[in-house]
Amino acid sequence: MTQLPEKTERKMGLVIDLDTCVGCHACVVSCKGWNTENYGAPLSDQKPYGADPSGTFLNRVHSYEVQPESGPAQLIHFPKSCLHCEDAPCVTVCPTGASYKRTEDGIVLVNEKDCIGCGLCAWACPYGARELDKAEGVMKKCTLCVDRIYNENLPEVDRVPACVRTCPSNARHFGDLGDPDSAVSQLVAERSGMDLMPEQGTKPVNKYLPPRPKDRLNEEIDILAPLLAPVVEEPKGFLGWLDKTLEKL
Amino acid sequence: MGHVQPELNLSPKVSDEVRKTTCYMCACRCGINVHMKDGKVAYIEGNRDHPVNRGVLCAKGSAGIMQHNAPSRLRAPLKRVGPRGSGEFEEISWDEALQIATDWLKPIRDTAPEQLAFFTGRDQSQSFTSFWAQNFGTPNYAAHGGFCSVNMAAAGIYTMGGAFWEFGQPDWDHTKLFMLFGVAEDHDSNPIKMGLGKIKARGAKVIGVNPIRTGYNAIADDWVGITPGTDGLFILSLVHELMKAGKIDLDYLARYTNAPVLVNGDTKSPEHGLFLKDDNGKPLVMDRVTGKLTPFDQPGVKPDLAASYRHAGITHKTVMHLMAERYLDPQYAPEAVADTCGVSAKKIKRIAAEIARVAFDEAIEIDQPWTDFRGEKHDKMVGRPVSFHSMRGISAHSNGFQTCRALHVLQILLGAVETPGGFRFKPPYPKPATAHPKPHCKVTPGKPLDGPHLGFVHGPDDLCLKEDGTPARIDKAFTWENPMSAHGLMHMVISNAYAGDPYKIDTLFMYMANMSWNSTMNTSGVMKMLTDKDENGDYVIPRIIYSDAYSSEMVAYADLILPDTTYLERHDCISLLDRPICEADAAADAIRWPVVEPDRDVRGFQSVLCELGAKLDLPGFVNEDGSQKYADYADYITNHQRRPGVGPLAGWRMGEDGLTGGRGDVNEAQIDSYIANGGFWMAHVPKEGLYYKPWNKAYQDWAVEIGLYDAAAPYIFQLYVEPLRKFQLAAEGHGDRQPPDHLRERIKETLDPLPIWYAPFEDSRVDTDEFAIHALTQRPMAMYHSWGTQNAWLRQIHGRNPLYLPTKLWEKHGFNTGDWARVTSAHGDITVPVAHMAALNENTVWTWNAIGKRKGAWALDKDAPEATKGFLLNHLIHELLPPKGDGLRWANSDPITGQAAWFDLRVKIEKVAAPDEAQPAMPPIKSPVGQGPDELRWEVKE
Amino acid sequence: MHPAPSIIAFSTFSGLGLGLLFWLGIDPTAPTGWVAFAFFAIAYALAVGGLISSTFHLGRPERAIKAFTQWQTSWLSREAWCAVAALVTMGIYAFLLVFFDTQVSILGWIGAAFALATVYTTSMIYAQLKTVPRWNTALTSALFIALSLAGGALLSGRVTYGLILLLVAGGLQAIWWKTGDTRFKQSGTDLKTATGLGRIGEVRAFEPPHTGTNYLLNEMVYTVGRKHAQKLRMISLVLMLVLPVILLLLPFPHIFGLLAVLSHIAGVLVSRWLFFAEAEHVVGLYYGMR
Repeated sequence: MTQLPEKTERKMGLVIDLDTCVGCHACVVSCKGWNTENYGAPLSDQKPYGADPSGTFLNRVHSYEVQPESGPAQLIHFPKSCLHCEDAPCVTVCPTGASYKRTEDGIVLVNEKDCIGCGLCAWACPYGARELDKAEGVMKKCTLCVDRIYNENLPEVDRVPACVRTCPSNARHFGDLGDPDSAVSQLVAERSGMDLMPEQGTKPVNKYLPPRPKDRLNEEIDILAPLLAPVVEEPKGFLGWLDKTLEKL
Repeated sequence: MGHVQPELNLSPKVSDEVRKTTCYMCACRCGINVHMKDGKVAYIEGNRDHPVNRGVLCAKGSAGIMQHNAPSRLRAPLKRVGPRGSGEFEEISWDEALQIATDWLKPIRDTAPEQLAFFTGRDQSQSFTSFWAQNFGTPNYAAHGGFCSVNMAAAGIYTMGGAFWEFGQPDWDHTKLFMLFGVAEDHDSNPIKMGLGKIKARGAKVIGVNPIRTGYNAIADDWVGITPGTDGLFILSLVHELMKAGKIDLDYLARYTNAPVLVNGDTKSPEHGLFLKDDNGKPLVMDRVTGKLTPFDQPGVKPDLAASYRHAGITHKTVMHLMAERYLDPQYAPEAVADTCGVSAKKIKRIAAEIARVAFDEAIEIDQPWTDFRGEKHDKMVGRPVSFHSMRGISAHSNGFQTCRALHVLQILLGAVETPGGFRFKPPYPKPATAHPKPHCKVTPGKPLDGPHLGFVHGPDDLCLKEDGTPARIDKAFTWENPMSAHGLMHMVISNAYAGDPYKIDTLFMYMANMSWNSTMNTSGVMKMLTDKDENGDYVIPRIIYSDAYSSEMVAYADLILPDTTYLERHDCISLLDRPICEADAAADAIRWPVVEPDRDVRGFQSVLCELGAKLDLPGFVNEDGSQKYADYADYITNHQRRPGVGPLAGWRMGEDGLTGGRGDVNEAQIDSYIANGGFWMAHVPKEGLYYKPWNKAYQDWAVEIGLYDAAAPYIFQLYVEPLRKFQLAAEGHGDRQPPDHLRERIKETLDPLPIWYAPFEDSRVDTDEFAIHALTQRPMAMYHSWGTQNAWLRQIHGRNPLYLPTKLWEKHGFNTGDWARVTSAHGDITVPVAHMAALNENTVWTWNAIGKRKGAWALDKDAPEATKGFLLNHLIHELLPPKGDGLRWANSDPITGQAAWFDLRVKIEKVAAPDEAQPAMPPIKSPVGQGPDELRWEVKE
Repeated sequence: MHPAPSIIAFSTFSGLGLGLLFWLGIDPTAPTGWVAFAFFAIAYALAVGGLISSTFHLGRPERAIKAFTQWQTSWLSREAWCAVAALVTMGIYAFLLVFFDTQVSILGWIGAAFALATVYTTSMIYAQLKTVPRWNTALTSALFIALSLAGGALLSGRVTYGLILLLVAGGLQAIWWKTGDTRFKQSGTDLKTATGLGRIGEVRAFEPPHTGTNYLLNEMVYTVGRKHAQKLRMISLVLMLVLPVILLLLPFPHIFGLLAVLSHIAGVLVSRWLFFAEAEHVVGLYYGMR
């Protein structure tokens, strides 16, 4: 149903560490591989070997350049998929009830059997999390691998979303963001996890950990260590120093 | 109204079966779980138990399913029917294909085996392919290391018995400061990403040194946007700062390096610059306790770093002394190098201070007693938690060998090699240059070569020269032009064969090497060399045999195609004899096995070599009765023994008391054991052997036990590389084997036994004011050379590549989004789309490599963006330096190793009107496999 | 936003048809017999044709019936209900007028209310979207209703109402454009909030996630033709408002009335094209576009 649940038992979601993501696209392709084979219709590709290839992906990695007031520009890799918002506008606009937010864990899903492919949910989503599959004519989106995270056919350690399991740099974390004691909630608290477009009022469950301050070695203030003090300037002096120091060893 | 949610099956069946094998989507060799449904490949994920990737998998690995199903797969052996380069072929049977190959190769072997040049590109079976070539008898064999990262490997092995990637890795669990030089995303990719993840999780620090701030450099806490080709100078400036401040590990240097070894200082002596040695050839040090000359490895010796020794009128000084003289010189002061490097003096000093602080103020200790090779017992392991990594970025310059040497020396000065928190070797490394074979080149018609092709030279006597002093090898490896070319020079083979310099060949036989496109410099020129005919109307390179699994650009340029399988359809071994997959804590090897059988008339290349070898009667490939010895590659993997008890795979060999790891007899069920164990075998290094491996008795004993060495072989690190000095001595006129005169000065200047920096060669051959811009390429993490393009998923991520311009150039030329530029080098020009990037060295432009594709290749539409908007920088880079008027062909390579100097490239740019497509545009080649389908709805249904 | 012809046609023609139905519904002296038949036929052709056209936009039109289920939350679902209610009510109303010369005014009033409600729900599909700041205003509904009523008045031959409503709609259109131009900025959503990276410095999109295109870019980051927007706005206003007003003020109302209607429809079509083509979805920010 397209009414949002008043509250969900848990708030399962992702925490994405922008200080650690190297932009390798591992999560993008792992997601494509799992989800074309599992939940709902396959993720189709149009003109896959043609002049203008395109296809359905549930997770894409953007990259941004940020120019601080001083210091060099920074480059930040930015994976983006459904944020499983608490106030998910994509759910309430759905005319058929295909879009819904699960009461158990807050995962936002599309029941493809009910989807008429009107695209309104994708219009309502500020994050670009939903893509209409051209071949199937239904809306596809991140399922948080709902068919993995409880899957008794998988070893317990593998019951995480495919993107999290595959992420080589461990920049993606999965857990219950509704539980303040969970590892993900702790991470968000420690690293000042943030919402995307908070002004849209969607209350995203997924959080992003901002990049740590960079290029501190450029700063004028000496925050680290004093510069090295020479023991000697000349090779001869160096050997004298060497001799003395070796005595102490 | 209540919430009625649909019933979901939360535990759908994942697959019928998981088959565990080894990835081949790049060179990293991660373990993969291949999920099978209905006998088909349904999903690929990382193998959690595998030592390389511990369950993670990169974009390429996960996209393996699209590679395995790519429409570009070759279907049957092909015989060329149209002119070379047209792509016109007819399918033939394997019998016919093998007969053609035999008819071509047999006469060569019987008369002049060197007429075959066999080069194997991105081969992961080099110990096998080299064995084949050795038995054939040609000296002309190598893989692609020469145009990849041989500078890093050779510099590392000569310096300390190993380099980065397959040789060793940072101590990710303990390091507190990690410094990364140059583009590194293309090798060891998952392990480095995993390591960075560990560092970041601890909040430890990363410094990135790279003109381009992408990928790993994007997450670096500090970025040094250095000028390309100046890394060596920057590193030596750090060395200057550290030495000046006494922030080097003197105890470590005295014990484990040749810093205390005494060097002949008499400039007139024929041994000037060589080590003082005892009668057994052991380098001598001065013992601080006894004050006497003592072999470096004598138990109880306390080597004196500051010693000097005068004997028979000759003063000998320690290596440490020579280093102090060299590196304390103000020419290496930060102020002196800042402009050249494009890094402020203050920043260099800051970085040196930070390195010193972490190395010495944050030193770590592990409570683990160990015993060194001199018999001394230590009650703990002390570490300097600073680590480094670098690969292609600093290697692919004409000063790359010395730059890599400088980096290895920097690590050693800090005492950060094989100590906790620093750099750690992976078995079978450490293995010094002296423990490797020397190169062999003695040709006898009808007989095998006199030994392995590739190896490490220790002086002029080891060069591969003919009696008349001319190069023995077609690529001129191991000659005065590049004496230490440990991986050969694949990038020179076609050019030299075409020029008949040093001689002509008959057959070029290649495997997995896209030489008519992205795997070569001077792409258009190479296409011409491959298709050019002599005055008789015959091709200048008479015959070309090529093996590839896919319809690559190179296929069109061969006369005979031997179609290979995909990586999921084949046997392979990732052998300890070759380029293994070990981790610092363990020795490991692995296999590939056919998780599915090919649905086409294709065969694994190695199996084809087993059959071809038998048809050619190659010893090693026939039984005594002349019958074929190995039915296929799996048979070879199981039954071949390189030394008694040592075969391609170390796991599950037959020992005296049943199955054993390491040494042992052949086990017919060995591959089954590998399959049962997830495709790999692993043996853990004992705890007391985990660090200090070159000098650690426990490690050395373990290595002998599992067959890595036949006897314990402790050694010391070579801060000063004596073999380099031997080449210099020859250039100075000493000894019988003398370099040609035109090379003397260059050898004297560049083969310095202590790391030096000199400007990249291209800088002295072109007007650097006109060609003021450096041009680089990087491999995107989601693609592996040209393969990625045939992959329906990956090509959506990287389907074309702009040339990225820094803000200064972007504004200077008034570029806007969507503009194009003509980029000109001393060699040629290209016209390509441009894009703006701020986080970039202000004099550097760059692009992703190997995105540009030839029309008609890889089963793509001829209007594919890869062919119309994608481009190669290769067109701008020549395999030779611009002529200097002496009539000689000067290779665009490192003068020590012959590594291709891709990254020395200098260009100029101008804004031009957008053409219809990127220039130069090549005409389409006819696809031997047609074009891929219009739509994919990929799902394996049961 | 991608100006899909099906959606432009739907919103324009169903708006006109429903506007005509509104006027027929509240007409105290509604036409009967063949005249009624002609009017209702035009109204139904426009309204139903528009609605059918909208299903071309669906990925799975065969399941369109499911769109009636979520009236509690979804404006699209409410639109479906209102449209059916309007068409059914007015259908009975028309049936009685055409075949029995009987006007059941209450039915007309109810039908007219549903017709207007349908236009309102249509407008709310767009106006509710915070993601498209240009649409996210009550003015959107006012504009849709005014255009519907004006068009309906013209079609039903109500010159005076038509003139007044044309002026009102034209004015609303001008205000909607003017205020719309700054609404994205006023929404407070920009690349800084989209990425959360604004706290570090100025943010610029570097590489897109894929070099190829995708559904989002095709559907929501439509930039073609925006540079002609000002010209098209003038053309739209002239066709929608100025020409019809002049034509209506001229004698020979029947001929010129027809021309006025056609001109108005052409103007609304241009306006609707701009409605989509000029609308910037915030997701474009992630792609460095709007």
